[in-house]
Amino acid sequence: MAQNSAAPAPAKKKQRKSQFAGMSKALVRRETISAYLFLLPSLIFFVGFVVIPMCMCLVYSFFDMGINFSSATFAGLDNYVEMFQDPVFIKGFWNTVLIVVVAVPTVTAFSLWVSSAIYQMNSKVRSFFRCVFYLPVVTGTVAVTVVWKWMFDPYNGLLNQLFGTKGYDWLGDAKTAIWCIIMILFTTSIGQPIVLYVAALGNVDTSLIEAAQVDGATKLQVFWKIKWPQIMPTTLYILVITTINSFQCFALIQLLTRGGPSHATDTIMYYIFDMAYRLQRFGYANAMGVVLAIIIAIFSAIQFKIAKTDTE
Amino acid sequence: MTSKAMRNQSLGYKIFVIVILTLLAIFFIFPLYWIITGSFKDNATIIAQTPQWFPLNPTLDNYVKLFKEPALRWLINTVGMAVGAMILTCITAALAGYALAKKRFYGKAILFTIIICAMALPKQVIVIPLLQEMSQIPWIHIDFSDFTTEMATMHDTIMAVILPTVGWPFGVFLMKQFSETIPTEILEAARVDGAGELKTFFSIVFPMLKPGVGALAIFTFVNSWNDYFLQLIMLNSRDEWTISLGIARLQGEMSSDFGLIMAGATLAAIPIVAIFIAFQKYFTQGIAMGAVKG
Repeated sequence: MAQNSAAPAPAKKKQRKSQFAGMSKALVRRETISAYLFLLPSLIFFVGFVVIPMCMCLVYSFFDMGINFSSATFAGLDNYVEMFQDPVFIKGFWNTVLIVVVAVPTVTAFSLWVSSAIYQMNSKVRSFFRCVFYLPVVTGTVAVTVVWKWMFDPYNGLLNQLFGTKGYDWLGDAKTAIWCIIMILFTTSIGQPIVLYVAALGNVDTSLIEAAQVDGATKLQVFWKIKWPQIMPTTLYILVITTINSFQCFALIQLLTRGGPSHATDTIMYYIFDMAYRLQRFGYANAMGVVLAIIIAIFSAIQFKIAKTDTE
Repeated sequence: MTSKAMRNQSLGYKIFVIVILTLLAIFFIFPLYWIITGSFKDNATIIAQTPQWFPLNPTLDNYVKLFKEPALRWLINTVGMAVGAMILTCITAALAGYALAKKRFYGKAILFTIIICAMALPKQVIVIPLLQEMSQIPWIHIDFSDFTTEMATMHDTIMAVILPTVGWPFGVFLMKQFSETIPTEILEAARVDGAGELKTFFSIVFPMLKPGVGALAIFTFVNSWNDYFLQLIMLNSRDEWTISLGIARLQGEMSSDFGLIMAGATLAAIPIVAIFIAFQKYFTQGIAMGAVKG
């Protein structure tokens, strides 16, 4: 992030101050004005459609309201209090946590295994596999979900025909429904991690690996002692994006089970949608949104903490 | 362990890896295969008790039925939405990313921190307040059947989907990463030669950013095409739907007509898969670049 200024700053702390090193005041002012002109188009969209909705989400969470603010009445912390006494929200919370706790480690470990297997293959084979695992992402959640819905169908579905479990309702049984959803989420989540890991593994310093091999290190030792620390930033990034995506699991649920049977597949995101869209309780929906954002932030922070102690 | 035994073991492991990867590849390709073949099956085949792995008597009935719905309109809406989001994102992000990477100005550190923080937040959470915001911004609705216009709000128009996509700061971040690679000396040389800011940007910076812009373009196109949640919340009337919404609603209305639904899914998936395969290189490069220092 530091600029290539004439005098490279010796310490990291000083870098920020030396940003303007060797520049006259007039030049700094001119640069600042032109920078903001370059940033302006982007900032209009960013502020208008990201920052403002974020603030609205927070403010509205303290109101009891429909879609318009004109009918709002101040509710203080009522929405938040109600949430923690709402059995559907609590059920949704635990379902969401289950999805995250199962999906995130499996996606990360599995994509790491696939990437380690393919990154040294010749480039055509490598891009073939990378493409294949990315396919469900590109195909789109809706198309992938409707075909799975057909395969899971109790009467016309492929799975019952293959397994001879005639008439079994995979998505209608509380025991299997959430696992079906996790499985589909898994297939639509590993594409990006594989692309990232293949790139990261390709950038690992080969001279270190060769030196270790000369010294007689085994493959596993090479992996844990040399490659793993070097791909740690990528792992961290993958953990964070997979966590965010899994927490927001929505389309699968809306298209496959609508939260049922008897709330067995309700997630926070689906409940937020239901609350705003069907029940028109926007204040409560926004309060749940705020809580979801906080939960995700906590999970990400924990991952950063663990990753830090792991590399030190 | 003798070296021969080691070689045997690693050969065995290699075969194991290839077998597993091939099986997985089949598992990952299969849904798309089943969508496409399913769209050509007649109803009798679909409800038959034994699966037919390949449509033996292919039919176009499902497509005929699909185009009795406004499916073409949905497809046009989707393309318009994705292209609009793509062009706006590329222009605004390239300008902003360049400024963040190469300019020195007050507030830069704070601005960059805000952008990173926003990216770490769940995108879908802000969709609910966005719906509230969009239903207050006035906008012209055009009825394309007779070209009459009426004033209403931005909700239920394609703009309600495009604008939030453009606002999402990932593009700015990606363009900043790419702009860092431009040597500062070239920019200074241009300044010494008396080139203005805009001239420098369009004749020097933008050409050098082209691979990055390509990556961002394809990334935005695919993501916008597939952003089901945003489309679901923003687009209400049947004529405004995207193809994803169309299939989802069809599935809700006629849940057992799988042939029709697969025809819709094929229509939604094929263009985007074709585009992805054609521009694969840019795409993977862009994803990898976005994660550097991420």
